[in-house]
Amino acid sequence: MTAAQPSHAFVVPLDSLGLGKRARIASIDWAVLDEPEACRLRQFGFDEGVAIEALHLGPFGRDPLAVRVGRMTVAIRRAHARAIHVIPIAA
Amino acid sequence: MTPQPLVAVVGNPNAGKSALFNALTGARQKVGNYPGVTVERHVGRAALPSGAPVELIDLPGAYGLDPSSPDEAVTRDVLLGRQAGERLPDAILIVLDASNLDNHLRFALQLIALGRPTVVALNMIDLARRDGLELDAARLEAELGVPVVETVAVRRRGTDELLRRLEAELGHSRAVHGEDLPPPDLLHLQKKAREVAQAAILKETPVRRLTHGLDTVLLHPFAGPLILAAVLFVMFQAVFAWSTLPADWIEAGIVGVGNAVGDVLPPGWLRSLVVDGVFGGVGAVLVFLPQILILFLFILILEATGYLVRAAFLMDRLMHSAGLSGRAFIPLLSSFACAVPGIMATRTIDDPKDRLTTILVAPLMTCSARLPVYTLVVAAFIPNRSVGPGIGLQGLVMFGLYLGGIAGALLASYALRRTVVKGRGGAFMMELPKYQLPRLTDLALGLYQRALIFLKRAGTIILGTTILLWALASFPQAAPGQKQSEASIAGQIGRAIHVVVAPIGFNEDISLALLPAMAAREVAVSAIATVYAIDATDEQALTSLEDRLASRWSLATALAFLAWFVFAPQCISTIAVTRRETNSWKWTGFMVGYLFVLAYLAAGATYWTAVAFGLG
Repeated sequence: MTAAQPSHAFVVPLDSLGLGKRARIASIDWAVLDEPEACRLRQFGFDEGVAIEALHLGPFGRDPLAVRVGRMTVAIRRAHARAIHVIPIAA
Repeated sequence: MTPQPLVAVVGNPNAGKSALFNALTGARQKVGNYPGVTVERHVGRAALPSGAPVELIDLPGAYGLDPSSPDEAVTRDVLLGRQAGERLPDAILIVLDASNLDNHLRFALQLIALGRPTVVALNMIDLARRDGLELDAARLEAELGVPVVETVAVRRRGTDELLRRLEAELGHSRAVHGEDLPPPDLLHLQKKAREVAQAAILKETPVRRLTHGLDTVLLHPFAGPLILAAVLFVMFQAVFAWSTLPADWIEAGIVGVGNAVGDVLPPGWLRSLVVDGVFGGVGAVLVFLPQILILFLFILILEATGYLVRAAFLMDRLMHSAGLSGRAFIPLLSSFACAVPGIMATRTIDDPKDRLTTILVAPLMTCSARLPVYTLVVAAFIPNRSVGPGIGLQGLVMFGLYLGGIAGALLASYALRRTVVKGRGGAFMMELPKYQLPRLTDLALGLYQRALIFLKRAGTIILGTTILLWALASFPQAAPGQKQSEASIAGQIGRAIHVVVAPIGFNEDISLALLPAMAAREVAVSAIATVYAIDATDEQALTSLEDRLASRWSLATALAFLAWFVFAPQCISTIAVTRRETNSWKWTGFMVGYLFVLAYLAAGATYWTAVAFGLG
């Protein structure tokens, strides 16, 4: 987009973003989500360009995930996190 | 006469809306951290600075006007004047969490677009400062075009100013265009919200957030579940350890007063009614007030601090594999106190099948009404000795009974999901609110309400059924040489039930108690107490019920009785609330049926196993 974009930027699904890592949402695959699920995600503030940080993982099967989106901390299941693609920000 | 102006209090879950509502109205209402704690219609009154009264309605927390749960639908319908039985609010009081403006402003912008007189409360401003945020309320007011007031609802700060601005706004009405609402462009609104939030934020100092630090430990993959297990274990141990002394005082008091009253009454049926029926029966239940209050105290604290939502997070995966969602954890944990509020709390579960399954298994959670039954039988049959530092055998058995209920619920939901409630589960998406210290007065208020509800039950349902049972057990009079409990009408009913439950080891005392226990489980205790009191000779009257049980029941029977109560749906209120919340007699009947079958099988299996081990 702009020259300020880091050259090593790559897109990963949110569920493989390491804990404590920050990222920006690149795109959300709305089509794979049910309408109520998509609606809830939008209400939580999930949107392209929003800052996101992986915070915690559930103890069983590393599911669900706790992420900070904007200023809010929310829990979502891994299956939904997979539909969210993010660009990690180098620390 | 023009009615008082109606003001709708609206906001996102966790914005501190209910706390602000309390601060404004002084209403007796619970303050919690769990999204969706406000499920019913809450109305209160406040006085405007001019002295004119205003009516406030506390609407369920919502993320927008596009509802994804029944709660949120109520919020939308009231705001648009579509809710039956509710008039269109004259003004809207929007509650914002000051430290979560980016998100909460989107809903606020939607609400402001309704064009109704509106005031914004910039709430929890103290927590925002704790997180290093400095906000410009005047700038926010300019951006939004409606008055903005800084508040700290739990400290009652900013409420006078809020009412002053509200009165000013109520004076001039703005153009109303509620009905033809344009479809909301959420992403556009969200962008606008972020712009406004950025404009209002003066300074942001990155600080190590308290909530994040706590979550690092409490949501840790290893430490988290251990801490949760420890919290629950301490809770159940405390229910027993802390309650002994006050329970002894209450018991001594009841026996003392009962005997004193008995002495002044002439011998005959009136003395029998008062001493055996009222003091023997109701007293046996009142003794459990301390335990029930301790259990509620723990649940109230866990809810108010924000830990309950973390428990849901930790448990989601396990509950998911049983066909439930982590969201079901909160209704199910509330069901440990009582299944009725637990089943009502399932309204926050979005997915209809998740919700139905949760309702069907909620009665398996060990509610506080089972405590009197469990405690009595455990105290009578399980030796009170220590099996480790701080771990009593009785407490351990109680813990096992709770685990039995949980395991039963998980297995039942697993089976239900593969048979009658087929379908893939809904999502688990939920906000993790900031940790907060609960206010002592809110906890005290919550406990006071619980105590009142329990005492009311003791004074009405339990007193009523006890007196009825006393009458059934006292008449007709026994012939000489015959036992009263066998000659009476109750004895005859008990014998009929006994035919069915004899194979699972239940004696006639228990058979007799099962029918009145349909009113409420703890009535089983008062029923048994009443029967024994009537049968007893004078010097035996009002001696320990435990001792008499221990001498009349075998251990196998006692264990079977405990197993029965883990499953049996013996509570009219639960059945009624299930009917209301599922809106279906079919599902209600199904629930009652499968629980009775489970109870019968569990009690039978316990009895036969115990007999095989020589405990019969």
